[in-house]
Amino acid sequence: MSEIHSYTMNFGPQHPAAHGVLRLVLEMDGETIQRADPHVGLLHRGTEKLAESKPFNQSIGYMDRLDYVSMMANEHGYVMAIEKLLGIEAPIRAQYIRVMFDEITRILNHLMWLGAHGLDIGAMTMFLYCFREREDLMDTYEAVSGTRMHATYYRPGGVFRDLPDSMPKYQESKFRSKQDVDRLNSIRDGSLLDFIEAFTDKFPGCVDEYETLLTDNRIWKQRTVNIAVVSPERAMQLGFSGPMLRGSGVEWDLRKKQPYEVYDQMDFDIPVGTNGDCYDRYLVRVEEMRQSNRIIQQCVEWLRANPGPVMLDDHKVIPPTRVEMKDDMESLIHHFKLFTEGYCVPEGEAYAAVEHPKGEFGVYIVSDGANKPYRVKIRAPGFAHLSAMSEMVEGHMLADVVAVIGTQDIVFGEVDR
Amino acid sequence: MTDRHETLAARIDERFGEQVTRVASTCRELTYEVEKDDLATVATALRNEPEFGFEMLMDVCGVDYLNYGEDEWTTTSATESGFSRGVQREPVLLDEADEFDARRFAVVYHLLSLRHNARLRLRIFAGTTNPPVVRSVVDIWNSANWFEREAFDLYGILFEGHPDLRRILTDYGFIGHPFRKDFPLMGAVEVTYDEQKGRVAYQPVSIEERTLVPRVIRDDNRYDEQLRGTSDE
Repeated sequence: MSEIHSYTMNFGPQHPAAHGVLRLVLEMDGETIQRADPHVGLLHRGTEKLAESKPFNQSIGYMDRLDYVSMMANEHGYVMAIEKLLGIEAPIRAQYIRVMFDEITRILNHLMWLGAHGLDIGAMTMFLYCFREREDLMDTYEAVSGTRMHATYYRPGGVFRDLPDSMPKYQESKFRSKQDVDRLNSIRDGSLLDFIEAFTDKFPGCVDEYETLLTDNRIWKQRTVNIAVVSPERAMQLGFSGPMLRGSGVEWDLRKKQPYEVYDQMDFDIPVGTNGDCYDRYLVRVEEMRQSNRIIQQCVEWLRANPGPVMLDDHKVIPPTRVEMKDDMESLIHHFKLFTEGYCVPEGEAYAAVEHPKGEFGVYIVSDGANKPYRVKIRAPGFAHLSAMSEMVEGHMLADVVAVIGTQDIVFGEVDR
Repeated sequence: MTDRHETLAARIDERFGEQVTRVASTCRELTYEVEKDDLATVATALRNEPEFGFEMLMDVCGVDYLNYGEDEWTTTSATESGFSRGVQREPVLLDEADEFDARRFAVVYHLLSLRHNARLRLRIFAGTTNPPVVRSVVDIWNSANWFEREAFDLYGILFEGHPDLRRILTDYGFIGHPFRKDFPLMGAVEVTYDEQKGRVAYQPVSIEERTLVPRVIRDDNRYDEQLRGTSDE
């Protein structure tokens, strides 16, 4: 018999299961992986350096493009760090809006993850189901900010504007019949809050559908149970956070443990796994979607009952309205200064962490008192997760690499920054 | 919240004494500066001793303090000469200096204790040697691995004892350390397709850098601690 040598295999960067631009150099023994060496940085844009060259507010839009499937959660981390340095706090209504959109974003992210993870390991239908619901959530983004993905909606001192009273509607075209349009528009007649409420009413049913397809599915279990088991000790050593940490059985959620905004007013549970394998992480994320749904419902209820300002009234940081500008000299000056120079942030440093759908998303800002940050460091959860790739796939088969990429919920926008 | 914060600070002061220096913070965060030779002992103690229990290292990042506190636009003196937007700085790709300012390169560690629900920031200055060298903490917290590779790639800080210190974010064969303050924002090279060679080739950048909004530092009275105290009265 001829001797079998181990060999090196290249995976990606152009591979449908690489979730973007991951290049993996795999050292294989037959079909078993001995070592994986992820090569990242193919999407490196130098976001942090760019942020250092711009006034604070101009970088909010860049944050959307970090983890481009959970846009507003990224903004939240950045905006919170600035607010911490400035020593300001958003009005209560803005805090509720932020919490609501953070949770909408969490569902958006988890739907994308579930769809892609399913597609990667053989459940094509999931992708179609998940994108059906994602479409509705994208519409909430559009209603509130005008864009479906890159919202730039959170601002230091609140959110850009209050929730709209009407939803954008579909129009008849040669691709959409009147019947279709009427059906789609039927839930878009009321305000944004009506639309979100209608969504939260139907969404648990949708999650049930996903679970029917996957949770007891024999093939799904064969592909995920006991794959990439991470013990709680290792998970902490490797800097895991979010569902990756909770899947290993560590009960840690910043929304509960270090509550920011109005999360301490919310009633929700933290799901925790027991085995730390891909299947547990799947269960944790699915349950998180249900919990997010609950939080959104509570926010909608509160937001209906409590109108109020969504931005601070401090024109040293927040631009005045157009109307004010027209007949108030002071406002005109403030407006001019804010848009030509920005605001100066007191000297100091701050680290603000949010419970991003993928884990702890931290933004560390060093300010020397200028109108631009001196140093911005983005602590992306996916970066720490991907660094554990080699350890997680060691001893598994080649096909399991795809399952591990899926379970880590890797998005290269944030890993490469 | 603040009390637990101060309790932790008191415990750290008591345990480490001279080894650590507390840095004042305006945002209710604990920051300590550590001498780089003491890093290993302090870090190990912070992780292992149950009263601290910082079992997680969330982030390691480099900071280059080269232009800290420098603005590009004078705002304090009168405007006799008029304001200019021309912000020129000589780009340096590979810093060949023999010595750096002792407080130029810093490495910042963000620690998290799940047990005590506490956060802590450590900062060490990487010293005057070129390239700057600090001790790696991969053996203490494994999560430091890629974060240190990143700091090496972007700032050129060497981590002694790191198992695999390679570039991570920049391109294969990249020259320089792009996040240093003397590295130009738009980089040094651009890529074009070379017809004759039949492949993508590098050439020096053909565009000029411009500053749209100059960097300005204003002495804002609102953030002055002393004035803040009196204005309430």
